[in-house]
Amino acid sequence: MSQPAGKRTVIGASPPRIEGREKVTGAATYVDDMQFGPSLLHGALKRSPIAHGRIVRIDASRARALPGVRVVVTGEDFPGLTGLYLKDRRIFALDRVRSVGEAVAGVAADTPEIAAQALDLIEVEYEELPGVFDPEYGASPEAPIIHPELASYEVVPFVFPQPGTNISNWFKVRKGDMAQGWAEADLVYEHKYRVPHVQHVPLETHVCVAQQNVNGKITLWSSSQSPFAQRNLIAKALHIDHSRLRVITPYVGGGFGSKAGVSMEGAAVALAMHAKGRPVKLRMTREEEFHTTFVRQGLVAILKMGMTKDGRITAMHNRFYWDGGASTEYGVNITRAAGYSGTGPYYVPNIHVDSYCVYTNHPVGGAMRGFGMPEIHFGIEQHIDEMAHRLGLDPVEVRLKNCLKDGDETLTGMPMHPTGLSECIRKAAAAINWGQETVSYSSTKRHGKGLAAMWKAPAMPPNPGSSALVRLNEDGTATVSIGGVDIGQGALTAMAQFAAEGIGIRVEDVRVNTVDTDYSPYEWQTVASRLTWSMGNAVLRAADAARTQVLQAVAEAWDEDISDLDIVDGQVISYRSEESIPLKNICIDGVQRKDGTFVGGPVVAQGRFMPDYVTPLDPETGQGPRAVVHFTTGCQAVEVEVDTETGEVQVLKIVSAYDVGKAINPELVRTQMEGGAVQGLSTALLEGLILDHGVPRNPNFTDYRIATAVDAPLETENIIVEVPQDDGPFGARGVGEHPMVPTAPAIANAIYNAVGVRLDSMPLTSEKVWAALQNNDI
Amino acid sequence: MSNPAKTRVTINVNGKDLSAEIEPRTLLIHFLREHHNLTGPHIGCETTHCGACTVDLDGRSVKSCTLFAVQAEGAKVVTIEGMANADGSLHPLQAAFAEHHGLQCGFCTPGMITRAYRLLQENPNPTDEEIRFGIAGNICRCTGYQNIVKAIRSAAQVMAGQPRKEAAE
Repeated sequence: MSQPAGKRTVIGASPPRIEGREKVTGAATYVDDMQFGPSLLHGALKRSPIAHGRIVRIDASRARALPGVRVVVTGEDFPGLTGLYLKDRRIFALDRVRSVGEAVAGVAADTPEIAAQALDLIEVEYEELPGVFDPEYGASPEAPIIHPELASYEVVPFVFPQPGTNISNWFKVRKGDMAQGWAEADLVYEHKYRVPHVQHVPLETHVCVAQQNVNGKITLWSSSQSPFAQRNLIAKALHIDHSRLRVITPYVGGGFGSKAGVSMEGAAVALAMHAKGRPVKLRMTREEEFHTTFVRQGLVAILKMGMTKDGRITAMHNRFYWDGGASTEYGVNITRAAGYSGTGPYYVPNIHVDSYCVYTNHPVGGAMRGFGMPEIHFGIEQHIDEMAHRLGLDPVEVRLKNCLKDGDETLTGMPMHPTGLSECIRKAAAAINWGQETVSYSSTKRHGKGLAAMWKAPAMPPNPGSSALVRLNEDGTATVSIGGVDIGQGALTAMAQFAAEGIGIRVEDVRVNTVDTDYSPYEWQTVASRLTWSMGNAVLRAADAARTQVLQAVAEAWDEDISDLDIVDGQVISYRSEESIPLKNICIDGVQRKDGTFVGGPVVAQGRFMPDYVTPLDPETGQGPRAVVHFTTGCQAVEVEVDTETGEVQVLKIVSAYDVGKAINPELVRTQMEGGAVQGLSTALLEGLILDHGVPRNPNFTDYRIATAVDAPLETENIIVEVPQDDGPFGARGVGEHPMVPTAPAIANAIYNAVGVRLDSMPLTSEKVWAALQNNDI
Repeated sequence: MSNPAKTRVTINVNGKDLSAEIEPRTLLIHFLREHHNLTGPHIGCETTHCGACTVDLDGRSVKSCTLFAVQAEGAKVVTIEGMANADGSLHPLQAAFAEHHGLQCGFCTPGMITRAYRLLQENPNPTDEEIRFGIAGNICRCTGYQNIVKAIRSAAQVMAGQPRKEAAE
């Protein structure tokens, strides 16, 4: 990349969000804001009231006869299997339901009220089957089998289902000599940790509109993190040519992973295929959002570690039982990510990890911010804290001693790339005044400090691609087309910065388009904190190519060497002849040669990026040269106040320190740290879906509470560490998910520090703290 | 299926009288969004918790998903679309939310700004704690609230330096 040194005026600056004005005026358009006129049909889904059962009979004749009902479809109309990694589910259940809320039929009607009435008229007879509501039990030989056809499902090569069981993926790590690891240890400690199902709660629920035109072409307006993956999965499931399915994604009201992949969108397309050209809208109620799209899957983690009396970790034997739910869009890959990250960010010589994705009759597990990492770190980071205390060691020193340094071998045998993990731990500890006690003014309140470290790699196939198009306009502004989605993280602004820097224009002169798969270039998905790194590379390459197109034309017209030319603030300048010309005069019509003819023409440039170095891992040992593209590392330190009379926990301060490689827009990086920390706090203290034999008991904001401004800490501090990523644009790597990974264990460790109780199951409610305090002499 | 009798409702929204023939069960949020294309206020929960649908009604913040449109007959309503000045320049709150990163996905933003507007009318110089309690009925899942508090504090300072006036009135 021909970036002249010292030119970086846009990278590392913090211009405000380019879409900010639209969002503060109410002008920003989300899917539900789009107008489709009076022909719009309203879709609704008939859902299973039971967790597990055979469908004996579906009679939709009375619904079909209801005036105003235009479409009724069931599983028989669309029997094909779909799934991102493992094709194990259908758009509508065919012969069996596997969770409460699974769609068994869909209707489209003139009004939402008629659609609701039609659902009541569809008769479904079930024969109930015994259910599985715990992943450890689900993985045992006694459990009823939820997917008897598992052996026949199509699966990607890096996922290992175990037919005849409920295990949809089993990822193993075998490294070193466990017997030696235990023998070297002065303390061996085993404990079980539990993390409940959590909901993402984007403020905008899932919503989409689908319409089929007279040529059979289907357009899907979708609030999605994955317009291209939705096109791919739906096209395959419904046997539509990819070029005949168009996905348009305007602004998205939050995702956090829930809008990755396909959840209810296939049903909208299925309805539209029978709606004779009328658009069909499907919008989830908040109750539906809580359990029928995706949830963060639950986890039972059984951790066993050995440590010497001076704090060196000698061995880890970790078992992760993931409550994957009725089918597994992302669960199998979360299981894999948990496996290859299963030691936490530490060097461990002797390792045995088993990570199981288990089918249960619970809601379907999807991707959620952190992709398994908040769940496994909840146990790992408390376990290390507990062992340090038992050995009389400082938990910060133990972490610094064991944390991965440059070149250390990770659990899968990959040498750790340059990382600022130690720096993050030191800075977070210093910012919270680690080691200095603070005292509450109240005799019934105690203060405590806690800290947790983390790592997370983008969890994805080895070769997800990004691409970008840069076009220059008559006035010298640039239009950038991308296939990734700004779900609030600020991707549009970061991409504008890359384009501005690459071309040599002001960031205000860059427009970045939201996604339309007919016009936007391909992007795998907006997941894995990968856009700044992967799509950023593509945009930067496209911008660089656009710049080269301009400079080549100018060099020829002026009879100069391209190396003497530059573009600065929209002006092409020659350092040799000291000539200059504004971009706006040449980026469409070309440059005039001395003889009066023209060279150049409309500037249209492309760039793409795909990692080409990630290797497969041995299925029996999990070993391989390069498991992942990179790990973003970091640390959080918190201070809490615990009320010993009520068990209430108030988080006073959260310090976040992350190694982001290079902060393209430091202010946006800090907003990710802050927002992630509070989302982490919310899941740590308040959240958890209560499932009673598969029936969600709290799918609403009264009984499932989200942190408000009052629950958020009064003080946050966000520390940016920059150890460059070798293949990141300007050294950048992602940080979108990471800030919520260590929050819960950091708070749990701080509660222990404050009042001496150790809580091994989330959420850390005041009730649990109070109950634990009754057994302690505090 | 019988259609309930429709009734004509007129509400002064952002300084203009808006009318529609609606079923009595029509919610204010649907009157605004479906009948008058005022899609700034959003629907986030249908149960009065999230605050994405917050509008200003006769000098009070209300969640428009929990009010029948007929209950607002004759009332003065201000939505996010009525916050900017007549010349298109932003209200200090809007400018502050954009400048101080008081938003990410932006879905809660119209309700949050509309709520903050009423908060500052009631208490022009709030402490951070008063701001936090004042917006506790509005959920934001992205920002962690820190920059929202900062934006409201900043807007209060700007507004203290200029004559107060009610939006769109």
